[in-house]
Amino acid sequence: MSVRAMTAPGHESLYSGGMRSWLTTVDHKRIGVLYGISALFYFVVGGVEALIIRLQLASADGTVVGADTFNQLFTMHGTTMVFLVLMPLSAALFNYMIPLMIGARDVAFPRLNAFSFWTFLFGSLLLNLSFLVGNPPDAGWFGYANLTSKQYNPGMGIDFWLLSVQIMGIASIASAVNFTVTILNMRAHGMSLMRMPLFVWMALIVQVLMLLAFPPITVAFIYLMFDRFFGTHFYIPDAGGTPILWQHLFWIFGHPEVYILILPSFGVVSEVLPTFSRKPLFGAPFMIFSGILIGFLGFGVWSHHMFTTGLGAVADTAFSLATMLIAIPTGVKIFNWIATLWGGHIHFKTPLYFAVGMVGLFIIGGLSGIMHASPPVDIQQHDTYFVVAHLHYVFFGGTVFGLFAGIYYWWPKITGRMIGEGLGKLHFWLMFIGMNLTFFPMHFLGMDGMPRRIYTYAADLGWERWNLIATVGAFVIAVSVLVFFVNAVRSVRAGEPAGGDPWDGATLEWTMSSPPPEYNFAIVPVVNSARPFWLHKFGPTRDISTRTREEGTPPQPDTPPERIDLPSPSGWPILAALGLSLVGGGALVGLWLVLVGVAVLVFGVYRWAFQPLERLGHPTFGPAPGGGR
Amino acid sequence: MSHSATISASHPMEGMKVYNLKLGMWVFLLSEVMFFSSLIGAYIILRFAHPEQWAEPNAVLNVPLTGFNTFMLICSSVTMVKAFAAIEHGDQAGLKKWLIATIILGSAFVGIQVFEYIKLAGHGFVPAAASYAAEGGPLYGSTFYTMTGFHGAHVTIGVLALIFTAIKAFRGKYSAVDYGGVEIMGLYWHFVDLVWIILFTIVYLI
Ligand SMILES: [Cu+2]
Repeated sequence: MSVRAMTAPGHESLYSGGMRSWLTTVDHKRIGVLYGISALFYFVVGGVEALIIRLQLASADGTVVGADTFNQLFTMHGTTMVFLVLMPLSAALFNYMIPLMIGARDVAFPRLNAFSFWTFLFGSLLLNLSFLVGNPPDAGWFGYANLTSKQYNPGMGIDFWLLSVQIMGIASIASAVNFTVTILNMRAHGMSLMRMPLFVWMALIVQVLMLLAFPPITVAFIYLMFDRFFGTHFYIPDAGGTPILWQHLFWIFGHPEVYILILPSFGVVSEVLPTFSRKPLFGAPFMIFSGILIGFLGFGVWSHHMFTTGLGAVADTAFSLATMLIAIPTGVKIFNWIATLWGGHIHFKTPLYFAVGMVGLFIIGGLSGIMHASPPVDIQQHDTYFVVAHLHYVFFGGTVFGLFAGIYYWWPKITGRMIGEGLGKLHFWLMFIGMNLTFFPMHFLGMDGMPRRIYTYAADLGWERWNLIATVGAFVIAVSVLVFFVNAVRSVRAGEPAGGDPWDGATLEWTMSSPPPEYNFAIVPVVNSARPFWLHKFGPTRDISTRTREEGTPPQPDTPPERIDLPSPSGWPILAALGLSLVGGGALVGLWLVLVGVAVLVFGVYRWAFQPLERLGHPTFGPAPGGGR
Repeated sequence: MSHSATISASHPMEGMKVYNLKLGMWVFLLSEVMFFSSLIGAYIILRFAHPEQWAEPNAVLNVPLTGFNTFMLICSSVTMVKAFAAIEHGDQAGLKKWLIATIILGSAFVGIQVFEYIKLAGHGFVPAAASYAAEGGPLYGSTFYTMTGFHGAHVTIGVLALIFTAIKAFRGKYSAVDYGGVEIMGLYWHFVDLVWIILFTIVYLI
C-alpha cells in the first residue's frame, strides 16, 4: 500500500474564498496561515533593518546612517524580531498544529483566536506606523528607563512602542488563555497528558509562561505610560522613583520570554528527530519534565540581566546559582535529542537538517549563556558584542532554525505540496554558514571590548576585520532567506502533491489529508499510544526501522459519517480588535479617537457576545439529522 | 450541558472536568493575579524606599467614604452570588433581579470613585502632583492613581459585562442547565472584589 493512498485527497478548498472569508475566518488552520504569512513578512522587515545595521558597521567610521537612525534601527530590529516574528511564527505553528495533534476540531474559543490574530496584526502595524511619522522608537527593545522618559525622549517614538507592545501583549494573553484551555480540555479520547506530543507539551508550557510573564511587563508599560502621558514619577529619580524598577519588571517578563521564544523550537525538534530517525523520542517523560522545570526556573533568574546594577553579593549569588541550575534540564534535552538520533535509521531530509542544526547552534548559545550566569564574567562581558553573539546563537541558531525545521516538516501538511529538497538543503547550508559567519566573530569583538549599540567605531581599535566578516555573513543569511521564498513559491505553484503522510509520521496530524478538511477529523480518533499513527501503521513495536507498513484501512474516511457543525465566520472579532487598536493609536492623536475606539470595541464585543457560535444554515458537513445534506 | 463556546465532538474528550468557559476564566484570572501582584509588588518597593512620601491615612484620602464604597462592592458580591444561585435553580426572575442589583452597586462604586477623583483633583492631588499640601510626595499620587485607576477600569469592564449578561438574562438565554455565562461573570466579579479589599487595605488604611 502506498504512502499516499493511506489518506483522502487534499482539501485545497480550505483556502478558497475571497478577502471577506479571510477577514471573518475563525478556522484555526486559516488563522495559523495568517500568522505565518505576517511573521514571514516581518522577518523580511526585521532582516532589512539588520542588514542596514551591518552595512553601517562593516567598516570603521561608517556613514550609511547617522546615530539617531542607527538607534531606531536596532530598536525596531529587536522589537520586530521578538514580537512580530518569533512569537507569531510560533503562534502560526501552534494554531495550525495543536488542534490537529490533539484530535480536536478547532480551538476552545475560535472567535477569540481570530481576535488574537487581528489584535496582534493591528498592534504590529501601529508599531511600524512610527516609520511613517518619521519617529520610530530608539531606546532599544528593552527600553531602559530613563532613555524612555519624556525629558530625554520627548518624541512620539516611545509612545508608539509602548502602546503597540501592550496591544500585542493583550493578543498574547488572549491566545494563551485559548490554547491552555484547548490543550487541557479538548484532547481526543485516550490522549492522556503523557501521550501528548512533545510539541504540544512545549506549547502548553509556553502558554503558561505567557500568562504569567506578560502581566509584569504590562505593569511596567502602564507606569511608563503614566510617566509620559500624565506626569507621574515612577522612573524619575529626582522624585524618588527608580529606573531599576523598570529593569526588574521588564526582566521578570524578559527572561521567561526567552523560554517563550525557545520552547516552541524545542517542541518542533522533539517531533522532527524521532520522525526522521524512525525511533521514538528518547526519554520522552524526562523531556516533558525538564521542559516544565525550565519554565519554572525561568521565573527565578531575571536578575542575571542586572548584575551590573549592584544588587549585592547575596542576590547576585542566588540568581547566579539559579541560572546555572537551568543548564541541567536543558542539558537533559540535548542529550535526549542526541540519543534519539543514536542508532536511528536516519532519513536525511531538510527538516532534519534544520533540527540538527538547531541542536548544534543552540549548544553554542547555551554555553555562552552559562558563562553569563557567573557575575564576574558577566560584568566583564556586559553590554559588549559577546552578549549579541550569545543571544543570536540562542534566538537565531535556536529559535529560527527550530522554527524552519517546523516549517519544512509541516509544509506538506499545510500546503498539500512537497517543498524542494535541493533548494531546502541549499537554504539550510547558506543559512548555517551565514549565521556562523555573522555571529561567531561577535564573540571575538565582544572579548575585544566592542560595546553594543554603538553606531560607529574608530579604525585604530582593530575591529574592522571581524565586523566586515559579520556583514558578509548577514548577506549570506539574506540570500538563504531568498532561496527559501523561491522554494516556497515554486512549491505552491508546481510542487508535487504531498499526500497525507509524506514523512511516515507518528502523530495525529498525518492521519488526515493535506491540507486537512475544514472539520479536521471526519471521526474524532480514539488514542491509545503516544505515537498513534505508528501504532496504526506498524502495530505495537518500538523499533519501526525494520518494519514494513501493515496493510490497513485509512485512519480517516473521506466524508464524515455524521453531521458536523462548525463555528460560523464572524466579523465581530476583527471589529473588536480594530476598536482596541484605535484606543491605543488614539492615545497618540486625541481623546476623541480613544472614545471612538472604546465605542467600536464595546459594540464589537457586544455583537460578538450575542452571535451564536454555530449559526444555522452555515456549512455543515456530513448528513443532516433528517437525512440528506 | 450546552455551553456556547464548546465544539461538539462525537466522542467524549479528555479534559479537566470543567467546561471551557470556566477553565478559561480561571486561567485568565491566574494572569490577573500576576498583574495585580506586580502592581502591589512595585508599590511595596517604592514605599519602602521612600516612606516619607506617603501621607497619613485620612490626611489626603477620604477613608470613610471609600470604606462605604468598599462595603457596597462587598454587597455586590453577595448579590452576584444570589444571581448565580437563582439561575442554578432555574429562577429567571431572581436572576434578573439580582443582576440588576449587582449592576447598580457596581455602577455606584465607579461613580463614587470618580466623585472622589474629582474632589482630590480639585484640591490639587493629581497623578503628576509633586507634593500635596506638604502631605505626601510625588510617588504618593503616582501609585494612588495607577492602582485605584486600574482596579476601577476592571470594575467598569465588569459592569459592562454585567449589563451584557443582564440583557441575555432578560432574553431568557440562561437556564438551570445553561448558566456558564453567569458563573464566569461571578468568578470575575468576586476576583475584582477581592483585589479591592487588598488594595483598599494597603492604599487607604496602612
Ligand atoms: Cu535571562
